[in-house]
Amino acid sequence: MAAIELRGLTKVYPGGVKALDALDLAIPDGEFFALLGPSGCGKTTLLRTIAGLETASGGSVVIGERDVTALQPGARDVAMVFQDYALFPHMDVTDNIAYPLRIKKVAKAARHEKAAEVGARLGLDHLMDRRPGQLSGGQQQRVALARVMATQAQAYLFDEPLSNLDARLRLEARTFLKKLQRELGVTTVFVTHDQAEALAMADRMAVMESGHIRQIGTPAEVFQRPANTFVASFIGSTPMNLLDGVARGDTLEVAGCKVAVPVSAEGRVPDGTAIVYGVRPEYMTYSAEPADGAFGGKVAIVENLGASHLVTLDVGDVIVQAVVPEGSEPLVGDDGYALPRRDRALVYRDGELV
Amino acid sequence: MAQAISPPPEVVREDGPARGGDSSDAAGLGRVRAAVFVAPALLLIAVFLVFPALWVLYLGLTNYRLTGVAAAEPQFVGLDNFIEAITTPAFWNSTWLTVEFVLGSAVIGQAVLGFTIAWMMRDRRGPLKRAVEGLVILAWILPSAIVAFLWVALLDRDGGTLNAVLGIPGFAWLLDHPMLSIIIFNTWRGTAFSMMLYGAALGNVPPSHLESARLAGASGWQQLRDVVFPHIRGHILTNLLLISLWTFNDFGPFLLTAGGPDGRSEVLAVHVYKVALQAGELGHGAAVSTVILLINLVVAVFYLRLLRSKK
Repeated sequence: MAAIELRGLTKVYPGGVKALDALDLAIPDGEFFALLGPSGCGKTTLLRTIAGLETASGGSVVIGERDVTALQPGARDVAMVFQDYALFPHMDVTDNIAYPLRIKKVAKAARHEKAAEVGARLGLDHLMDRRPGQLSGGQQQRVALARVMATQAQAYLFDEPLSNLDARLRLEARTFLKKLQRELGVTTVFVTHDQAEALAMADRMAVMESGHIRQIGTPAEVFQRPANTFVASFIGSTPMNLLDGVARGDTLEVAGCKVAVPVSAEGRVPDGTAIVYGVRPEYMTYSAEPADGAFGGKVAIVENLGASHLVTLDVGDVIVQAVVPEGSEPLVGDDGYALPRRDRALVYRDGELV
Repeated sequence: MAQAISPPPEVVREDGPARGGDSSDAAGLGRVRAAVFVAPALLLIAVFLVFPALWVLYLGLTNYRLTGVAAAEPQFVGLDNFIEAITTPAFWNSTWLTVEFVLGSAVIGQAVLGFTIAWMMRDRRGPLKRAVEGLVILAWILPSAIVAFLWVALLDRDGGTLNAVLGIPGFAWLLDHPMLSIIIFNTWRGTAFSMMLYGAALGNVPPSHLESARLAGASGWQQLRDVVFPHIRGHILTNLLLISLWTFNDFGPFLLTAGGPDGRSEVLAVHVYKVALQAGELGHGAAVSTVILLINLVVAVFYLRLLRSKK
């Protein structure tokens, strides 16, 4: 088990595409770390460069005390779960789990014993002599995890570990993975494009965009205080309201309404500055009665989220969304008022958090 | 809705008798019309494939000759031709040479070289790959007569290119090493097929499986053994089946060595030619052909068994 440190890591593909641009990142020992971003942001390239499947164009990868930048994947002492699990179809579950040990020339009896032990831990004991083709998606994933665990590597790398599972299984697997990682205590980096997955599982996460890390933090930090408008718009199952506005003395003029300066930005936006006002729909209090500092408009759409509703208000020519608890949802066409929470609203200047 | 549902019953009524509830009649033609469509093809197959094959079987049982009395009035001689064929030392010599030829030029030469080229070129792009593939395929698509002339010019004892390059004028490749010459010749000639087939097969090996093996620390050979070969096992066996049969029946060596010197490169295809057409013993030749057919069947069954075993 070891910490992972990336220093100025750069990857330029032939043809000049810069997938990673001088990344610095430190992942402490035992952390469950998520790489999150839209497709093409470089998160998978980053994971594969840590694994050694891609060669870095510049910078270095340090795992534990070792600089592994120039080492082959097999010499880096990391193990990876691939998106398609990459189980060998002609080997049974035991041989698949024991495969890395076989390459390391562990005796047959010893590696089969290890495979049985790890397999039993993941609830695979009755499947050990099946072939991957005879297993369900969830079982295949557990075999892939067992193969990783059998290696006793310094770090685990998961490439979109949940994306090949169906929606219901994905939630179960999410809980299972998080619990397993906690028990094993092995430094684990996983890649995902699903912000809910990253928020749910990771101890800390990095949000990436076109080869750059746009924010690193705990899920709570990233959710509550996105460092820039990109992260703000990417994180959250309902998108954050991001509204253009101007500072006017000790209030903000946003979408034709006067709203209070958020706690975090107090005294930091000079009069007349152009800003972007950000507040999550979850941090809005909806009311049918006018309120001071609220966005007022007509209800355009009401979407059912299950235990709550997402109400979209037409405020002038922009839209403002608010989450309304069940039982108090308005009707389309009603007048509505959404009051942002001052301690949760944020102000962005030139795209960065104030 | 009612309109949308009504047509199918009508169709059934119209074609009902012809279909006869036959669920395999996907085109809905009925047996008679389907047979009419297939008839021309079946007729051609019967005239040019089935009849000649049966005719060879029949000829093998007669003393039919190219010329003379037996050409006009062939006599039925039972299994005499077959007994003569397999008791002739020349037949066993030819069989053994053919086995050498197939193992050397097809199984080892074409398959191994073809796979090696395909494996080395799998991740490459650009001019080198195109040049290598172009050259290999060129050897495959040139007409036999031209290829034979090129090789005779290459291997000629006095004016040959190879001797000039190696600086050993007067070395008689085709006389001193006839089998080696035709094995290398046929390897060169036929590698393209294996290369292309393996190239396509390697494209189907999931990259994540190779990467998984690399992460475990597998060497190049271990990756081939544990990932590549199991994945392309079917392609390997199909390729070996095809090139073995093609090479077994290949007449190309005749163009280089004419079976000589002294029968030392007389593979079975050349043996049949000599017996049937040069010596004129058509009945004897037909019997040898039938034996070759049986050997081919055995080879094919062997590969197909392998192909079916534990998928």
